[in-house]
Order: sequence, then C-alpha cells, then structure tokens
Amino acid sequence: MMMILGIPAPLLFGQLLLGVVNGAFYALMSLGLAIIFGMLNIVNFAHGAVFMLGAFTAWGLLNYAGIGYWWALLLAPLIVGAFGVVLEQVFISKLYKLDHLYGLLLTFGLALVIEGLVRNFYGSSGLPYRIPSELQGAQNLGFMMMPNYRGWVVVAALVMCVATWLVIEKTSIGAKLRAATENAPLVQSFGINVPLMITLTYGAGVALAAFAGVLAAPIYSVNPNMGANFIIVVFAVVVIGGMGSILGSIVTGFGLGIVEGLTRVFYPEGSATVIFVVMVIVLLARPAGLFGRAH
Amino acid sequence: MNLSRRALLGTVAALPAVAAAGHARAQRPTLRIGVLTDMSGPYKDIGGPLAVDAVRLAVADSGIADAGVNVEVLFADHQNKADIGSNIARQWYDRDGVDMITEGGSSAVALAVAGVSKDKNKTYLTSGPATSDLTGKACNANTIHWTYDTYMLAKSTGDAMVKAGGDSWFFITADYAFGHALSRDVGNFVTGAGGKVVGNVRTPFPGTTDFSSFLLQAQSSGAKVIGLANAGTDTANCIKQAKEFGIKSTLAGLLVFISDVHALGLQVAGGLALTESFYWDLNDRTRGFSERLWKRAPGVRAGMVQAGPYSAAFNYLRAARQMGPAEIRKDGAAVIAHLKKTPADDDVFGPSTIREDGRKLHPAYLFQVKTQAESKGPWDYYKLIGTTPGPDAFRPMKDGGCPLVQA
Repeated sequence: MMMILGIPAPLLFGQLLLGVVNGAFYALMSLGLAIIFGMLNIVNFAHGAVFMLGAFTAWGLLNYAGIGYWWALLLAPLIVGAFGVVLEQVFISKLYKLDHLYGLLLTFGLALVIEGLVRNFYGSSGLPYRIPSELQGAQNLGFMMMPNYRGWVVVAALVMCVATWLVIEKTSIGAKLRAATENAPLVQSFGINVPLMITLTYGAGVALAAFAGVLAAPIYSVNPNMGANFIIVVFAVVVIGGMGSILGSIVTGFGLGIVEGLTRVFYPEGSATVIFVVMVIVLLARPAGLFGRAH
Repeated sequence: MNLSRRALLGTVAALPAVAAAGHARAQRPTLRIGVLTDMSGPYKDIGGPLAVDAVRLAVADSGIADAGVNVEVLFADHQNKADIGSNIARQWYDRDGVDMITEGGSSAVALAVAGVSKDKNKTYLTSGPATSDLTGKACNANTIHWTYDTYMLAKSTGDAMVKAGGDSWFFITADYAFGHALSRDVGNFVTGAGGKVVGNVRTPFPGTTDFSSFLLQAQSSGAKVIGLANAGTDTANCIKQAKEFGIKSTLAGLLVFISDVHALGLQVAGGLALTESFYWDLNDRTRGFSERLWKRAPGVRAGMVQAGPYSAAFNYLRAARQMGPAEIRKDGAAVIAHLKKTPADDDVFGPSTIREDGRKLHPAYLFQVKTQAESKGPWDYYKLIGTTPGPDAFRPMKDGGCPLVQA
C-alpha cells in the first residue's frame, strides 16, 4: 500500500475529501454570518440557533405536514428567514446605533432562549431525519466509500455560495446593498428603502443558515444543541477570512475543513483546536483577516 | 358579586366538614419522596419527567395509602450542576421534610447529594449517575447506587461481546476523563476475555460534530467492533455517520439508552450493541410495569434510569411498611441497613439484593438493536444477546475501596 508521511494513501485521500465536505458546511454557515456582519455590523450569535431551527423545521414539515426533504430545502429557509425578519424588526433593529457588543449579547441571549424553548418541547435526545431515498447509497472511489449525500452537500453548498457571491458582487441589488453599508443616508437620499433592505439582508443570512441546517439534518443529530457546537468554529472561520468578507468566508470555510481533516489523521486530539491556532496566527500576521480590508 | 343567601349558608355549613377532612389527613403520617432529576437539559429524556411518573406509579403500586400513610412526591431540576443539586437536597431535607431522594442526576450531582444525605442522615437511592465511585471511595451508609454503573457497562459490553465473537476492538474516545476511563475499562475486559484492542482515537470534546474521519480510521484498522467511548450527541452522530459511510464493523455504544435509540431510529441504530439493566419488553413483569406507566405517560417507554426510581421507591415504601412510618423518618442510615438486609423485589429488576457497600445487584443485559425488518412495532427495539448475572456484573466489593466494607 502506498504511504504518504507514514499514513496509508487511501486514508489520507479520504480525509482530504471529508475535509472538503465539512468545509462546505463551514463555508455556508460563515457566509451568512459574514453577510450579516458586513451589511448590518451585527455579530450574529443566534446563527447557530437558526441553523438548528432549519433542521427542526425540516423535521416538522415531514412529520406534521408530510413534506419531504426537497421541498423542505426550499421551504425551511423561507420559514426560518421570515422568523429572522421578525427578530430583526422586533429586537435587532433597535441596536444599530450602539456598540457591537450589544448586538452580540442580544443575539447570544436570543440563541439561548430559542434553544431552551426547542429543548422544552422536543426533548434533548434529538429526532431522526432520514437521508432522502434519491441520495442513499455510496460510490466506491477506490480509496474510500463516498456517500452520495455528502457529495450532494458539497455541490449544494458550492452552488449556494457562488450564487450568493454573484448576487452581492454582480447585481444592482448587491451594489445598492454594498453602497448602503458604506453610506446609508446617501443611498437613502436616492429613494432606496435602506431599512427594508437591511431587514431583508438579515432574513437572507438567517435563511442561509437554515438551508445549512436542512442539509445537516440527515447527517448530524437533529437536536437543540446542534448549532451551539458549530457556531464557535464558524466564528473562527469568519474571523480568519476577514469579518464581513463574502469571498473570504467561502474560501476559508473550505480551506479550514481540509486543514481540520488532515489534523484528524496526524494528531486527532488537536483537530478541534487547529482552527483556533490558525486564527491566532492569522490575527497576528493580518489582523483584518486573510481577505478583509483594514478599516 | 352576587351571592345568594342559600349558597352562602351552604358554604358555611360545609366549612366544618372540610376542616374535619383536613384534620383527618393531618393525622395520617406523611412520607415525602424527592425526585431530583434533569427536567430541562441534556439528560431530560434519560431521566426527567418520566422518572417522576415512575415514582408516582411506585407509590400507587405499593399500596402504602391502604396502610394509612400519605406519600407526597416532589421533583426538582438539578440542571446537572453539583452545587444546585446539593442545595436542593439540603433545602428538601431541612425545610420541606423530604425523607428520601431518588433518581439523583449525573455523577457530579450524585456525589454531592450523597454527601448531603449522609450529613443529614437521610436516604438517597440514586439511579441516574454512572460513576462507580459511589460504591467505591465515595460510598456512605446513607446511599444505595441503584441502577447501573460504569464498571457494569464496561464489563457487560466488553466481556460479553468478545464471547459473542467480537474479539478485536477500535475505540473512538471522547478526549476527557469520562471517555478515557470508559475506553480503558472496556479495553481491560476485552483483553481479559481474550480479545485485543487494535486502536484508539481520541476525539476533541466538546467540539467534534463530524466523526466520519475517525470512523474511517477505525474501519481501516480492520477491527470487528468499534467501541464508542462517548455519550449523548457524540454517540448519536457516530452511529448516524457510521451508517452513512457503510461501516461494516459492529458498533458498541458504551453509554446508550433506549431514548437515544428512539431518537436515531432503527434504520440508523439497527445492529448497535449496548448494555442496560432494564428493557420494557424483557419479561411479563417488566411488560406489566411498562403498561401501567404507559397509562400515565403515553408515547414513551422507560429506560433503566427512569425505571430505577420506580424500583427504588417501591422497595423504600415496602421498608416503610415493615419499619413503620415514624421509624423510617427518624434515621436514614437505619433505612439503608434495612434495605441491605432485606432482599429487594419489584417488577423492574425482579428479585435482587443490595450489597454492604451500597451496590444493588441485578443482571446486566447486553442487547442488540433490532433492524427495521425485525422490529414489530413502536418501541420494539432490543433483542437480548447476553446476560451477566447480578453478582458478576458489578465490581467485586474488595476492589472498590469502600470505607464501609473495610470497617
């Protein structure tokens, strides 16, 4: 068997591929966070909770309404996104003029409340959600079995990331949005409804997290804490990529997935820490992050 | 407000009757049982509200009311924090007149409450905690460890699985004290029974959500059994992802409860091996108990941590009838001594005994989770593949270092 650095080659290739799969989740989650931070200047700690809500909504659609995975992939982000709009209107919109810290504390509190409520009604041990029948099974790649569903996750995440990036960088809506971030009063004076745009942006960021939640439902345990486990890593990804940088969060998400995957072979105990080690190094060398602009 | 004269007079006439009834109740001696459990956190489905229902059922089944004794069942949420748990216990014992605490939460909470129960000379019959220290160096004369412990889980799963043919093991270990202890103990039983441990990977805790890398490492080691030395969500994720990646080795969950299997579904959990000391569909007595509990809490079946408090309360109330309510309230250590010398018997664990170090002895069952094809209906989850009799299932008393035994 071919060995690379003392590790059997098939195992190593397998880990690289798994790194890309996990990176897809990181990218999708951090993308939503980056948009919300970049456009609204809110450090959205409720992101993990809405990710979890996405997964629970998919479960609810299936069990209460008989609506399967594919429709859930569309409907759950819309439903949770609408919930995000309500959150933004009722709570978050009150904080734009205050320091970042207030937004962070508020969204952190919201996350705890949302998770507590879900735990109260649905228990702590999680709910089953199946892989859709079209995507069951696995492909033998020679060096590992690649589940079809994981392949789909990578494709779906990539498409969603590219689409989001295109909307923000290449369309007139994106241009207005970016302009509003730079100078809101000026953009408003052109007759553009900036508050509405900001509300919808928050809703869209939340919908992205819910989309990731639906993608995650068949592979991770659907339980009230599933978002809390993710959120810290995803924050690190956003910081490394550069707070608010869309491209940064996508590239860093996939990159760190791979770094983490490799660490799991060479030094498994360090695989949860490696992302934070990278974060420290990046912050020391480039405080604004890999793709961020210094203000 | 308009009150008719007739209604007013009627009410006044009824007052002495109400007072008399209250007086009669006050004459009856009252015992108070406190169910200290996780009502809202990660272990809510393992103990939680169903454990409270189980204790209420034990009160009804015990027929203690016919003996002229009132029993009140209280419950509280320890939030898995030792300080909160021990504060509740202290308040219950000092202020609310609680005589016995059961369920008792996770290990850290239980160690604290055991200490309080000793200080106050009350009775603590604990079901939830896993740590075998409760009958080892932390044992005391006011505590019985009722349902299971880490040693029993390790022995039943490690030993019996090797005998069933699973002789090479790879561990996926949560990288903290609990995981290390579990994989070490199970590993010792595996090698002791003639099997071998071919690998062990330590996964960061908390913070690992994807276990597929570790599962692939386990698979490439060629081990027949993958031991999951973790708990809760980590175990659930391991099982789910092993299914996804088509891992062929048998998975052995080292701390898995029926609520976890229910959460995963048989499509995912089918084939998993695990140990519990209770299963609702084990025999006629367990089925009878489970049907009665179902009437109080429809839709869920109890696992061992929820069934244990039934057994504890049932035997406690039997002791209350034998000793008399005044006596049982007076001296917690005397109650424990009585329970130790009287064989226990109930529908959950059947006839069993309690050892001098406070360890209750009943069989440990190694189950395999049924596949969807094998299961005949809701909650038909386990098939029995091995039984370790009570006296062999737990750590020998001389190895525990319990001060009560050496004295």
